[in-house]
Amino acid sequence: MKLSCVVKGTHYSFSSVKEVLAKASEPKSGDVMARVAAASSLERMAAKVVLSEMQLKEIYENPVIPYEIDEVTRLIYDDISDTIYKDIQNWTVGELRNYILSSDTGANQLLKLSRGLTSEMISAVAKLMSSIDLVIASQKMRYQAHCNTTIGEPGRLAFRCQPNHPNDVTEGILYSIKEGLSYGAGDAVIGINPNVDTVESVKRLLTISHEFIENWQIPTQNCVLAHITTQMEALKQGAPIALMFQSLAGTQKGNEAFGIAKKILDEGYEMMARYGTSTGPNFMYFETGQGSEVSLNADYGVDMQTLESRSYGYARHWKPFMVNTVSGFIGPETLYDGRQLIRADLEDGFMGKLHGLPMGIAPTYTNHMDANQNDQEVAGIITAVAGANFYMGVPGGDDVMLNYQDTSYHDDASLREILGLRPLREFEKWMEKMDLMENGKLTKRAGDLSIFD
Amino acid sequence: MNIQEIVQRVVEEVQKNMMTPKANTDQRTEETIDFPEERINGVVEPQNAASIERAQSVTPARIGIGRTGTRMLTTSYLQFLIDHAAAQDAVSRDVSDEFLHKMGLHKLETNAHDMKSYLMDLESGRKLSDESVRFLEANGDKGKNVQIIVCDGLSSSAVEANVRDILPALIQGLQLKNISVAKPFFIKRGRVWVQDQVAAIVDCDLVISLIGERPGLNTDESLSAYMIYRPTEKAVEADRTVISNIHKDGLTPVEAGAYLSELIEQMLQAKCTGVSFAQQRNFNK
Repeated sequence: MKLSCVVKGTHYSFSSVKEVLAKASEPKSGDVMARVAAASSLERMAAKVVLSEMQLKEIYENPVIPYEIDEVTRLIYDDISDTIYKDIQNWTVGELRNYILSSDTGANQLLKLSRGLTSEMISAVAKLMSSIDLVIASQKMRYQAHCNTTIGEPGRLAFRCQPNHPNDVTEGILYSIKEGLSYGAGDAVIGINPNVDTVESVKRLLTISHEFIENWQIPTQNCVLAHITTQMEALKQGAPIALMFQSLAGTQKGNEAFGIAKKILDEGYEMMARYGTSTGPNFMYFETGQGSEVSLNADYGVDMQTLESRSYGYARHWKPFMVNTVSGFIGPETLYDGRQLIRADLEDGFMGKLHGLPMGIAPTYTNHMDANQNDQEVAGIITAVAGANFYMGVPGGDDVMLNYQDTSYHDDASLREILGLRPLREFEKWMEKMDLMENGKLTKRAGDLSIFD
Repeated sequence: MNIQEIVQRVVEEVQKNMMTPKANTDQRTEETIDFPEERINGVVEPQNAASIERAQSVTPARIGIGRTGTRMLTTSYLQFLIDHAAAQDAVSRDVSDEFLHKMGLHKLETNAHDMKSYLMDLESGRKLSDESVRFLEANGDKGKNVQIIVCDGLSSSAVEANVRDILPALIQGLQLKNISVAKPFFIKRGRVWVQDQVAAIVDCDLVISLIGERPGLNTDESLSAYMIYRPTEKAVEADRTVISNIHKDGLTPVEAGAYLSELIEQMLQAKCTGVSFAQQRNFNK
């Protein structure tokens, strides 16, 4: 394996695939904190050069975390197609990039390709791609999933209505749901983050969201984003769940820190198929985001982007309805500013899609990071152009429970307007019935929560 | 002081604050713009205006604010930006020494010597400085049931706004249950995991950190409580129990103190925290 090169007269050498991957990453504070980032701009370029000449089989034979010690590695390797992998194993990462971007390569070829790639290969190729590269490649890949609604159809863009309340107050949550629906946010899911993660509290929130959906005959699904074990217990006790949620990490150690393992997710999935309220076959909603492993000391010296890619390799096992990458939620120690945030969003959207996943993006920022609303809106537009399936919808962009900023009901409606996109098919009909939308445009009534009186 | 007295004091304090004029008002002239801080009701010809008023009274979420096209109205947009500016400014301020003195909290420090290293290098805020380790070894109360730590975390405002009420309520609640409590400390630029090191030094059963949350737009005064039972070096997030959103418009600090003392009593009985505790609790129901 070639692990060294000369760039501008200087000789650079690396000791492992893992080191090359880390040093070839675009600059991010989390990789600096983990002490795996390139020490200089030219060293970064040297790593990209070495990576571009690396064969896929060299990556395959050197997973960043060994198969024997990590469940995520095992699931990624056990789930890929050996036949497809064998066809491409002699390609270099540079050739893989050329193939992905070629005009002759379309959605079907990319879907086939995705079945033969490990998460590290997908991460590797993204490191050789610019913003426009990532947008063009992402646009080619569009994956649909079905829970109660169909997400991911061309020409449509969906939103999660995120009606959180700092004290889980039912009336406040319901008003935020009404406001969101009146802007057209809620076709992906009505998803509540509970402040109190107990079975009783989660059951109550599931019940009120379910009953509201039933009363107004809204084509969507409900979800309460508690720990999966809390949701499973609520489900056992008869609570109505259409979509089951869990945050995922790209290492077994990270997932252990989240209190989960494959066995638990298997059990959750099987319970949803038996006791969930929704049609399926996609019952799961996962969230990921660059930086969670390094913040949990569960990164094994692997760069954030590669670990994020591994989360997708793990996630795809359970055929999720939604995978949402939340960048910028952790803080400046992982993504320092707006530039790093936008880069992470583009990489994640692309990497998720190259895993065959129905991806959504949450371009978010916290108040202790060097990013602002302008950065977030740019990230929203560019990833929507890249063909994200969905975004969050937060009242006024300000989540009053989780204390961070995410895309607002206003931004959601704006993204549809800018790009000429429609709500999900069934939901658009419902909006028309409610006199909230006409010919794909919001009516005068939109934005008035009191229409549900 | 019992809970009722504390509540009474809080109510008096709030009323006093409401009557205190805001800073810089003396420089006002007739020309000065008094920009509204309250959410506007921006919905044009709503079906039921009373509902929007009611909605805004039961949630701090930015709803009922209306739109122009698909965008926010100018006033709402500027309010959002103002709140972001205020929150950014709040991160960098320190808890005042005067406040710590009044609360009788001795200040310990971590390895984070400045704000930038604290924000960018998580490890630096997870370990006490050598000097603070020595101080705690010499002066901490050893072998108690509960050690309370106050940390600035990402909001000094949260500490200053809540600790005065939550700390006595919590200590009193624990003592009423015959749970022994070690002398509390303040840790400057402390992150959650510093509690593991503190617990190891003072040999307590359970350690609770009252820590300033990263400021949101709605409030920069939100405090969280992180609890862990007998942390080992293998302790992870799922081993901790967290109660968040402690502030005057969320779970009030007095209520939080009482609630946390109940919770801690159960945790000491269960001899665990985090996911294991939640599962036991659900199982017992």
